[in-house]
Amino acid sequence: MDFPLLIGIFPQVLLDGLILGFMYALIALGYTMVYGVLEFINFAHSEIFVVGAFVGVEILLTLQAAGLLEIFSPFLVLLVVLLLGMLASGLLAVTVERVAYRPLRGAPRLIPLISAIGVSFFLQDAVRLVESIWRNAFNLVYPTMDTLNIRYSFTETLDVSVKSLVVIVASLLMLWGLHALVNRTKIGKAIRAVAEDQATASLMGINVNRMISLTFLIGGAMGGAAGVLFGVQYSLINPYTGFIPGLKAFTAAVLGGIGNIPGAMLGGLVLGLLEAFAASYLSLLTGGAFGAEYKDIFAFSILILILIFRPKGLLGEVVRERA
Amino acid sequence: MRTVRLRYLPVALAALALVLPVTSLTDAQSKGTIKIATQSPLSGGQAALGEGIKLGTQLAIEKLKGPIEKLGFKVELVPFDDQAKPDVGVANAANVIADKDILVVVGHLNSGVAIPASEKYKEAQLAMISPANTNPTVTDRNYLNVSRVCGRDDVQGVVGAEFAKTTLKAKTAYVIHDKTTYGQGVAEFFKADAEKKGIKILGFEGTEEKSNFDPIITPMKAKNPDLIYFGGIYDQAAPFFKQAREKGVKATFMGPDGMDSSDLTKIAGKAVQGMYYTSVAGPVSVYPAAKEFAKQYKDKFKKDPEPFAAQAYDSTAIALKAIEAAIKASGGKVPSREQVSVAVRKTKHTGITGTIEFDEKGDPKKALYFVLQVASDDPGKWGDNKEVKRLSIAAPPLKKS
Repeated sequence: MDFPLLIGIFPQVLLDGLILGFMYALIALGYTMVYGVLEFINFAHSEIFVVGAFVGVEILLTLQAAGLLEIFSPFLVLLVVLLLGMLASGLLAVTVERVAYRPLRGAPRLIPLISAIGVSFFLQDAVRLVESIWRNAFNLVYPTMDTLNIRYSFTETLDVSVKSLVVIVASLLMLWGLHALVNRTKIGKAIRAVAEDQATASLMGINVNRMISLTFLIGGAMGGAAGVLFGVQYSLINPYTGFIPGLKAFTAAVLGGIGNIPGAMLGGLVLGLLEAFAASYLSLLTGGAFGAEYKDIFAFSILILILIFRPKGLLGEVVRERA
Repeated sequence: MRTVRLRYLPVALAALALVLPVTSLTDAQSKGTIKIATQSPLSGGQAALGEGIKLGTQLAIEKLKGPIEKLGFKVELVPFDDQAKPDVGVANAANVIADKDILVVVGHLNSGVAIPASEKYKEAQLAMISPANTNPTVTDRNYLNVSRVCGRDDVQGVVGAEFAKTTLKAKTAYVIHDKTTYGQGVAEFFKADAEKKGIKILGFEGTEEKSNFDPIITPMKAKNPDLIYFGGIYDQAAPFFKQAREKGVKATFMGPDGMDSSDLTKIAGKAVQGMYYTSVAGPVSVYPAAKEFAKQYKDKFKKDPEPFAAQAYDSTAIALKAIEAAIKASGGKVPSREQVSVAVRKTKHTGITGTIEFDEKGDPKKALYFVLQVASDDPGKWGDNKEVKRLSIAAPPLKKS
């Protein structure tokens, strides 16, 4: 076994895993917040993520076509794209809730779930339809911005690109912002109150519907941000791109303890790291017998183990049982 | 509820009885309609190539249907979208068989779809002529109804390895594949022959990943191979190559004919400029007889023909010739599907991509193999890709087991 190689790539794999993990964490927040408030899984969230990615690529391609991409600072462009992607995804999530979930509020819990799956299919094909008419394309590519691709080499095997740093910094800021919003503001308190007991919250003068819309807005915006960052980092997106990251992020939310915001962040990071390490090391450690394609099996096996011993997820106990 | 429905049943039947004779009357004006189906991905990430197959077929039918129309038949195209998915291809195949007017299928793009779908065609002895499927199994099953006009991966992989060794002087290689019948197949042929020639294989990985290749690239970069071979198709290979270059991988890139689409440069841009790929279908510019085809194609569809469009054109030409022969053999009546399958095998056709003649199992007796180099990072200049090497190699004979 080639030990120098195994150790040499360690920091790079750690970095790859962190980037992936932050993306999962951002998406997982949407699942976990909605679950916390409504106790159902919003399966359309993976498409809300994709819509963010598409809004981002459309803005960038339009800027590029107009020759404006080179003029402005790439960081400024990225900030604007990120905000607009968040806005679009957030508003879409609110619309979806208003149209497809709110009318089913009193129905048995499986009914909105089916509705969510339906919305998911609808959005996938709506994006596909729009893009095929608008650009006659299935795969869209984020334009290359040279500044973002500059790499800083630390060792022979570790180098960090500017865009990786952007992804990490942006994710950290957003996770911190959300944490502060939920725990330190009046709005956050209201959301938590609604999550705990809708009836009592409304008796205390909280507008329950508005808080639920707000939850979807915030969760959707996080998903949209993840979509833009995903596009910037991995460059190729198509209308079905959201499915796998969505599934993984949902898993991350369960792993962290669904309904629990720090849990979703932790779950995302754990899953991202597990996946990156499995994909990079499995074939090296087993001499090629198990390749990178076993990464999901490996990651999910560990996940099952964790859930056997902690059925409510890593930070599951923090969530109080609903009355 | 039930009684109400039953009460209307006789009315419905009567209406049906009125309509049926009318439709058969209109059919009787000509001797009938003969349909040629295409099966290729028309949606999804590989639609560029799949659409080329459909349009090539469409053009061929329009240009070459004269002789069959003279015999009193209409010729129609029925395009199917197999989405590059085996399950969709097989479901479509059932519909193809059910339509008795369909006498030939031109398709598929993906070997992994063609192989299960052709099992269905075989039930009906329906002829499939493949413009693009290179996996050996396609013809090695020795089915009467399955033929192809292109080369095979067991040769293509060897051509790639030979080029890597003698021209690129590669000492080490890293092989990635997409875990499909086609991609893994050609990657294994490349790997086996490269090892035989003394190229050290530093890694062999399959992945279905479409966006995040970081965890594969990191160990690959650390091993620093001379060459990276991607057995797969451009929609997956392009982001992989792009990310690999961005992460500072310096190896030469190489792949099989799945790389052959302008979408490769559209997605990967500079990263794939100068990379090599082997192909069983050269760019239209290498076939002198295809110049006119390229012009007609561009006039009609407002775009350059994608690779395999010319092969689809020739496949359709063979289909039309075979149908014509089969009609004549059966005394001017609609031939059976089996008769058409037999006639396809007997057809010798000089088309726009050269002269095609089938061997006993449905391979072309001699097929052309190319090594090409991506000329530019501009997808509009895909047609300018340089032909580095051209070989004419006979198909391996059927292994008697």
